[in-house]
Amino acid sequence: MTFYNHLIEQAPAMVVAIPLLFAFATPLLFKFSAKFGKFWALLGVFATTVLMYVLAWDVLSEGGDVVNTYIFGAENTQLPLPGDNVVRISFAVDGMSAFMGLIMVTVSLAAIIYSISFVKKYTGNAKFFALMLLVLAANIGMVFTGDLFNLFVWFEVSSIALCGLTVFRSERGEAFEGAAKYLIYSTIAGLILLFSVGLLYGQYGHLNIKFLSEAIGGNAELLMVDKVALGLMMTVFALKAGAVPMHMATPDAYSEAPAPVTAIFVTASQAGLYAMFRMVFTLYGSNIHLTIDLLHAAGWIVIILGVVSMFVGVTMALVQKDIKRLMAYHAISQTGYMLLGVGVGMAVYATGGFDEFGRTAMTGGIFHIFNHAMYKGLLFLTAGAIIYKAGTRDLNKMGGLGRDMKLTALFFIIGALAISGIPPMNGFASKFLIYESVFKFNPIIGAIAMLVSLLTLASFVKVFYSAFMGPRMKEMARGEVPAPMLMGMAVLAGIILVFSMAPSLVVRSLVDPAVNALTGDGGTTSTSLTLFTGHGAWNAVVFMGAMISATIIAVMIRSFFGKKGMTPREEGKKPYLFGNPTEIDGRPIVVPGSNLYWGFTKALDRYYKPVEKFHSGIINEYVFWFVSTLVLVLLVMLAWVR
Amino acid sequence: MTTALGELPYITVIALLAIGLYIILVKKNLIKIAMGIVIMEAGANLFLITLAFNSGDRLSAPVFTSQIMGGTPATYSLPTPHALTLTSIVIGLATTALLLSFIMQAYKKHKVTSTDEFRRLRG
Repeated sequence: MTFYNHLIEQAPAMVVAIPLLFAFATPLLFKFSAKFGKFWALLGVFATTVLMYVLAWDVLSEGGDVVNTYIFGAENTQLPLPGDNVVRISFAVDGMSAFMGLIMVTVSLAAIIYSISFVKKYTGNAKFFALMLLVLAANIGMVFTGDLFNLFVWFEVSSIALCGLTVFRSERGEAFEGAAKYLIYSTIAGLILLFSVGLLYGQYGHLNIKFLSEAIGGNAELLMVDKVALGLMMTVFALKAGAVPMHMATPDAYSEAPAPVTAIFVTASQAGLYAMFRMVFTLYGSNIHLTIDLLHAAGWIVIILGVVSMFVGVTMALVQKDIKRLMAYHAISQTGYMLLGVGVGMAVYATGGFDEFGRTAMTGGIFHIFNHAMYKGLLFLTAGAIIYKAGTRDLNKMGGLGRDMKLTALFFIIGALAISGIPPMNGFASKFLIYESVFKFNPIIGAIAMLVSLLTLASFVKVFYSAFMGPRMKEMARGEVPAPMLMGMAVLAGIILVFSMAPSLVVRSLVDPAVNALTGDGGTTSTSLTLFTGHGAWNAVVFMGAMISATIIAVMIRSFFGKKGMTPREEGKKPYLFGNPTEIDGRPIVVPGSNLYWGFTKALDRYYKPVEKFHSGIINEYVFWFVSTLVLVLLVMLAWVR
Repeated sequence: MTTALGELPYITVIALLAIGLYIILVKKNLIKIAMGIVIMEAGANLFLITLAFNSGDRLSAPVFTSQIMGGTPATYSLPTPHALTLTSIVIGLATTALLLSFIMQAYKKHKVTSTDEFRRLRG
């Protein structure tokens, strides 16, 4: 046995153990010196990241369906469990788990680097870094575990630690409100999860996902308890992922948490998505002879949740005044894409449609998880940088930051283009896969997906306009944010740019193993740089070549024939009203960001009035929506599935 | 189900979950909502404990309770659900403490006790 083999053998446990160890040691080291404590926390995340990358390389290079197991407390940690009655907790790392683990460590690394200077002005840094590491450990544990009860434990650890981080700025009463709502939501969801785990345990006597799946397959027909358990678990994980109508606590907690925490929040939501897909595909989908109807019903539930999330998320984002709340609603909207992509895969699973477009849809949905974590993390970090300098989160009160924060503005543009699915960004590559396949599945849903992207772009135009453009506000601090914050953003922006240029390489080496791990069908996409969907193709390099040549031609035309008209900085003084520059008493003219789409939102008043009422802020109603979704999902499961 | 109590534990589980949920859905006081969550937790924990009592030969690792419970010799209690329940109780303690401290802090900042006032974040 070489060192490498030993490392790989121990890696699944170590990837969780290292952040846990570093988390609990961090407050101790902060006692000596704050610098040392921060270095220690950074070292912990860095070590976890390196180990996770090594492990992911090992798992993903084998194609993803080879499972790297770690059985806690066993003499040989890699052997399959003996007998069928063992109660040992096991970790099972396949392509999907490794894929999710990569996301967790990458975003955490960026967030911790960013935090070093971001939280300097606050007290309680030791606890902040300790909890950040704890969330990382919990998220990785959630995607690695092969045991249902263990999944519940990590679910709760992640929720509790995130709530603790949400109230980091304890001078704000709203922070406690957001955290309390999120905690009430996730605790009730956790109890329902525990109940459904109990149902499966009571029926089959197993907690291990693999054994449970075999036990379900051993039945002559699908039992009622199987359907109920899946319905409960799916709804719970949809809540964790922030799907409408169970999303209400999500914008509250996202907007009140400090920016690096919000970036981690996104990955925690995605751990919820992971758990949902894992339950549907691995626990039930591997017994497809019994569960084909169940999977199709589940697929439709997920599609409907996805479409509603996409639409409600983006329309609510359009009317927000708080920059982080706006981005939080976008996070919900983008989660809809992932649900939609994978939901289409579920709805046509094991039928002819799966090979035709279902697999492409799933690939798009899972690729979107990665892209979303990167660009949404980046956008939340840039939002943090904006708030750090502007001192306010209100879009109407900020402006002109682009004059000082050129790098932040650049990172923001990268993130905003990626989230809006503008070619050649990575967000386009995954949305392209989703559009093409979903259009084939149902043209109306495909059209909604495109419309949502359009509205996403519109609301990021509003943020860019409000925060970076226009004249400087007097009360804003000058200059760029500190270097560690820029570095944290640069990590994510760099990954977005690299992945934008080679989407098909990413799909082949990261996403395909993940899809294979869920579906076990071993298909791959092409080996070229071009991404094929079966109907269309996308090649970022060719597109960039065309873009650059078009730009050069445009610049040439402009330099030969263009008029020398407006001078720089004129836009702050002379608003162009009706095509002519107008002078209005010499003061800078600012149109508040929230007025940009006033006409649009006013025209849709009949939609917005009830939807805004729906987000009433009353926790009783929020829980009511969760419970009614739960009941509806169970009704579909019991009535539709034979 | 061959405990000495028959189906009663399951009925209690449903009753506890229903009472807890009712409190969360209907009561406006934040502390009462925290209490509702605790009652639901009790229901889920009782459910797990009830599952531990099992009969037949499907499961092994028996911890016999026949002498104590006065049941048939085949009645035994599984240790796993007990371990699960203990874990779940500890997690419940943590969430309850955290939730109560949030409610307390929110009261200190904004003097709110009712969910109708606990809605500065909305829309």
